[in-house]
Amino acid sequence: MELQIYIFWVLAGLTGLCAIATVVTQNSVRSATWLLFTLAGTSAIFFLLGADLVGAIQLLVYVGGTMVLVVFGVMLTAQGPFINMKTSGAEWAISMFAGIALFSVLCFGTLAYNEAKPKAVDVAGGVAASVAAEAKLQPQNPSDSHNSVTIGQALMGSGLGPMHQRAGQVTATHYLLPFEIVSVHLLVVLIGAAYLARAKKRKGVAA
Amino acid sequence: MLDWLLDFLKEYGLLLLAVVAAGALIGFMLVNAIFSVWLERKVAGRIQDRLGPTRVGGKFGWLQTLADGMKLLVKEDSIPAAADQFLFRLGPYIALLGSFLAFLVLPFGNGVVAREMNIAVFFMLGVMSSEVFGIILIGYGSGSKWSLFGGMREAAQMVSYEIPMALCVLVPVIVAGSMNLGQIALMQQGIWKWFVFHDPFTFAAFWTYYTCAMASCKRAPFDLAEAESELVAGFHTEYSGFRWLVIFMAEYGSMFAVSGIAVIMFLGGWSTGVPWELTEVFEKNLGLGAMGIVIGNVINVLVFMIKGWLLVFVMMWVRWTLPRLRIDQVMMMCLKYLVPISCALLLGVAVWTLFVPGWVQPFVSAGIFGLCMLALLWLIFQMVTLAKKPPGAGMPGMWRTTGLPGYQGAAKQA
Amino acid sequence: MNPLYGFLVLGALLFTCGVVCMATKRNAIGVLIGVELVLNGANINFVAFSRYQPGFELEGMIFALFVIVMAAGEAAVALAIVLNFYNNHATVDVDSAEELKG
Repeated sequence: MELQIYIFWVLAGLTGLCAIATVVTQNSVRSATWLLFTLAGTSAIFFLLGADLVGAIQLLVYVGGTMVLVVFGVMLTAQGPFINMKTSGAEWAISMFAGIALFSVLCFGTLAYNEAKPKAVDVAGGVAASVAAEAKLQPQNPSDSHNSVTIGQALMGSGLGPMHQRAGQVTATHYLLPFEIVSVHLLVVLIGAAYLARAKKRKGVAA
Repeated sequence: MLDWLLDFLKEYGLLLLAVVAAGALIGFMLVNAIFSVWLERKVAGRIQDRLGPTRVGGKFGWLQTLADGMKLLVKEDSIPAAADQFLFRLGPYIALLGSFLAFLVLPFGNGVVAREMNIAVFFMLGVMSSEVFGIILIGYGSGSKWSLFGGMREAAQMVSYEIPMALCVLVPVIVAGSMNLGQIALMQQGIWKWFVFHDPFTFAAFWTYYTCAMASCKRAPFDLAEAESELVAGFHTEYSGFRWLVIFMAEYGSMFAVSGIAVIMFLGGWSTGVPWELTEVFEKNLGLGAMGIVIGNVINVLVFMIKGWLLVFVMMWVRWTLPRLRIDQVMMMCLKYLVPISCALLLGVAVWTLFVPGWVQPFVSAGIFGLCMLALLWLIFQMVTLAKKPPGAGMPGMWRTTGLPGYQGAAKQA
Repeated sequence: MNPLYGFLVLGALLFTCGVVCMATKRNAIGVLIGVELVLNGANINFVAFSRYQPGFELEGMIFALFVIVMAAGEAAVALAIVLNFYNNHATVDVDSAEELKG
């Protein structure tokens, strides 16, 4: 278990550094490269958390798809060989200040979550529930998780999805409707992007 | 001391195992690259009526690649002044990482895998898609227009070909009901159970997948990224020495990886064709215990590698036989033909698994298997008889040279 | 300390980097990169909760999946818009995008 924590801190450190480098770098493509490392680090963290499917999708969609799109965008809109985005010093100072403020607020919020939790459990009712919750806080063994199957069943809306006990009733949750909405949304995006990006005759230029 | 060591192993044994596995995989990739480059040169030579390398290492020039590698290592490592230093240095390693990570979940035998994963196929497709980013960086970072053209072509091509490739991989996944490569291979013990013979859709999916795999490895006839007749050497024009070596290691690595997927998904994985799993036979039936598992797996791994290299060989054969396509033809082939075909195959196999009754299945498999064997026999017969005829006789439209002076077969015929 | 907090802090760091990136970069694609960072920070939180928070095992992962898919769609549309903008104005500087009717 300790090993996992060490691996987490190493990964988290690398991912965080790459994220900072993404912001600091002025060159677009280099910035995209650092983003690539951040995304890869994120997917490694997903694997560490036992979410194999999410990690693999992160690699496939983000690294293989979105990042290539971004770099394509940089190349298609570049005017020089290696374009730089200059940001003035004052702007840097302000955004650094704002960033550090935001980060500290988020961190305090995160740590405050710890103190708020018992109250929430009390509202839900029962110390037994909180004991059960504490027991489940221990991470499960990732190798015996059947994430991909469960996720697939939940997305397909089959009755074999995960069972949840709510208000004394065992019900199977499923996400068929959001899944379908996402599919339609993607179709719309596909058509919309193709429409927007297609080569148009410029205004004012005689046909 | 010993206690401390045991404690250390208990705590960090997994880490050590991981390092050993990664080392073994890197070693395999190196050997694979060395062997494949040698094979490529020999195949190219034979197809073009020459010998290929013959000198280094005694027979067949089998040490030629090693000698080349030594030469590349001591070569001057030049970086063009116009290049983006950081990206130029980084690119090859990202490409190598992409193809190396694919090997992490590729099982070579029953349980011979660095990390058993539920969604191994998906993971492989995911990491191999990140290889393209390395190629883009190589092309962009070189600061040369040939490289940039090559990189752009490569990116467009790989991103498009990923779609039919993934859809074709889904076809056997639907048949198997699992994305675990090890389990999929275990389902196909016995040659008639290989998924390529399962039904017409998987049979077609194999060929479609293989075409896409060839394109996504940027192999000819789809090697527009390095089209040497137009782009000097494409995306790796500016590279030399060790980084060039790394690019090639990545390319041959991903060739073996996609072939490995094809072998496991369609050609029975490490199955020798007999309906028994070798490790089980050695372990239980012959009573060898743990030793049996090792022996069985050694054979399994050998079978798997031979199958994989056979598919790699076919890629080389295609490369040195077919002329290169144009870039618009490459893209059109993917978007207008391969994507619809693979969608239809996916739909077809879903319908097949739902509606075809169980008792029909063995007959269909046997039928396809029989037809394939007949076709193979016919092919072998053709090759044997053609070899006896004068050159060019079997090719329609070939310039008939029979009877002309200097024709080698003339004496034999007369 | 619960390992969950490590993940949450990392998520917060990525989120902050994304926000700063969106604020400082004047290149439209830089802004897009910032958006991706923000979404990734959120995703880390989702998946970490799915692992460490009972009753959230499945939800976290499914939300993360939806976020990834949506991000891909968003990137495609954003790039289409950027390309269109570049075609019309020959620049991708977001400060020059001030007229509503292009």
